[in-house]
Amino acid sequence: MSDAIRIRGLEQTFGENAILAGLDLDVAPGEFVALLGRSGSGKTTLLRVLAGLDRPSGGTVEAPQPRSVVFQEARLLPWKRTWENVALGLAGSDARARALAALGEVDLAHRVDAWPLTLSGGEAQRAALARALVREPRLLLLDEPFAAVDALTRIRMHALVESLWRRHRPAVLLVTHDVDEAIALADRVLVLAGGRIAKDLRVGLSRPRLSTYAGFYDLRVALLAALGVTLPTAPPSDDALVGSI
Amino acid sequence: MQISDRGFDSRRCLVVFGRTIPLRLPWRTPFALRANGLRRLISPLAILALWEAGSASGLISARIIAAPTAILATAWSLTVSGQLLPDLLVSLGRVFVGVTIGISAGIVFALLAGLSRAGEDAVDPPMQMLRAIPLLGLTPLLILWFGISEVPKITLVALASFFPVYLTLFAGIRAIDPKLIETAQVFGLDRWGTIRNVIVPGAFPSALVGIRQALGIAWLSLVVAEQINADRGIGHMIMDARDFLRTDIIIVGLLVYAVLGLVTDGLVRAVERRALRWRPSILKADAA
Repeated sequence: MSDAIRIRGLEQTFGENAILAGLDLDVAPGEFVALLGRSGSGKTTLLRVLAGLDRPSGGTVEAPQPRSVVFQEARLLPWKRTWENVALGLAGSDARARALAALGEVDLAHRVDAWPLTLSGGEAQRAALARALVREPRLLLLDEPFAAVDALTRIRMHALVESLWRRHRPAVLLVTHDVDEAIALADRVLVLAGGRIAKDLRVGLSRPRLSTYAGFYDLRVALLAALGVTLPTAPPSDDALVGSI
Repeated sequence: MQISDRGFDSRRCLVVFGRTIPLRLPWRTPFALRANGLRRLISPLAILALWEAGSASGLISARIIAAPTAILATAWSLTVSGQLLPDLLVSLGRVFVGVTIGISAGIVFALLAGLSRAGEDAVDPPMQMLRAIPLLGLTPLLILWFGISEVPKITLVALASFFPVYLTLFAGIRAIDPKLIETAQVFGLDRWGTIRNVIVPGAFPSALVGIRQALGIAWLSLVVAEQINADRGIGHMIMDARDFLRTDIIIVGLLVYAVLGLVTDGLVRAVERRALRWRPSILKADAA
């Protein structure tokens, strides 16, 4: 089975800054991978290269077509109705039918003719998800797609993305800064640091994953450590409490 | 057609200079609104009454300005005698031809400048220099070049309507969110598809603003062009009336300009309403 993504020695420099420096990455078809990293670590840079939006400074990148992106903002064209946004760039007479089916999958069947500016944040993001899925992508790139929606919507979106991924089985690269989100959704969690994949952890927990699982906490500690955040392993001592006052 | 039970049906509205005036039968209007509308009529009617009284008593000479009733009578007689219509058609024709040329050229140059850096470098600097020239001041030059014919008048109207369209559409194209263009790229749209689906509809609201400005300036420049050298048209009618001290005809001419300006503006606003349905302000107005 050939890889969905195969990256060797990827370099991306902006002026003096080397954001990505010799990054290697393989992702199998249908694999759900989450990419963590501090801000400025190059998560979005990597995603943009994979999306074909930026040309890398060096290295080789192989990624399958078709591929789709869901951005942090829904990025719907406000002058096209919701279904027209989903059908954007689709060829063929069945474009509308396919768009409607995709909108049905994200529970937006009742909003197909709505103007995007009348959609709520969660609805707009679901429409963006439908637009990405309608192309039956082999690679789905998610660039912090839940960062701008409220906490309750985010929980529902997680379940939706997971079920859509199970049904369509694209390879997924989810860029996020939320460690819990990464552990809840991904088969593998990567940490990007120093322009390379600094940590590559397999998540062996059964789905749906709850943050109360024993393994969940261990993964969180390991990933946060890789991100430079240390969690207390024992309750804070009295000294620490005094010090914080 | 069903009249909305909320007492306001946007399909039965006349939009004039940004004000939405409901076209509904007065007895369906709530009393407060009707009273308010009537109150707003009092001062204009009082001014008209004072003016009429001043004219009738001889305080205001007809050489300064004719009485409102005299103006009304003149407007009626000019209309029914068929004297007004030919001049009106000539003026309308000049604006139509001039504005068509001006707006088309404005769109073409704005697309040239807006869609590529090379186009911007070539087109925009001369445009920015030319726009600094007061266009109405070009009239003597235009007469020297084209003589006393239709050409200088139409040229003036075309030039006047060109710049607002060029400037607003160019700015509109440049103001399109680059993220939307990027998104179109991600979903496989080629350059032409991006222009058709993203850039043109995205810049369209700006273009409409430019077209409305262009029409306003077009009528203004026509007034100037027709007063300098014309043997037909509303401007000519006004200049003719001046020679015979007919202030009533001058006022009728001005009123005709005003009405034509309002009508053309209303047409563009109707287009705007239809084309910008996706905007929340218009959606709200339609839902009300």
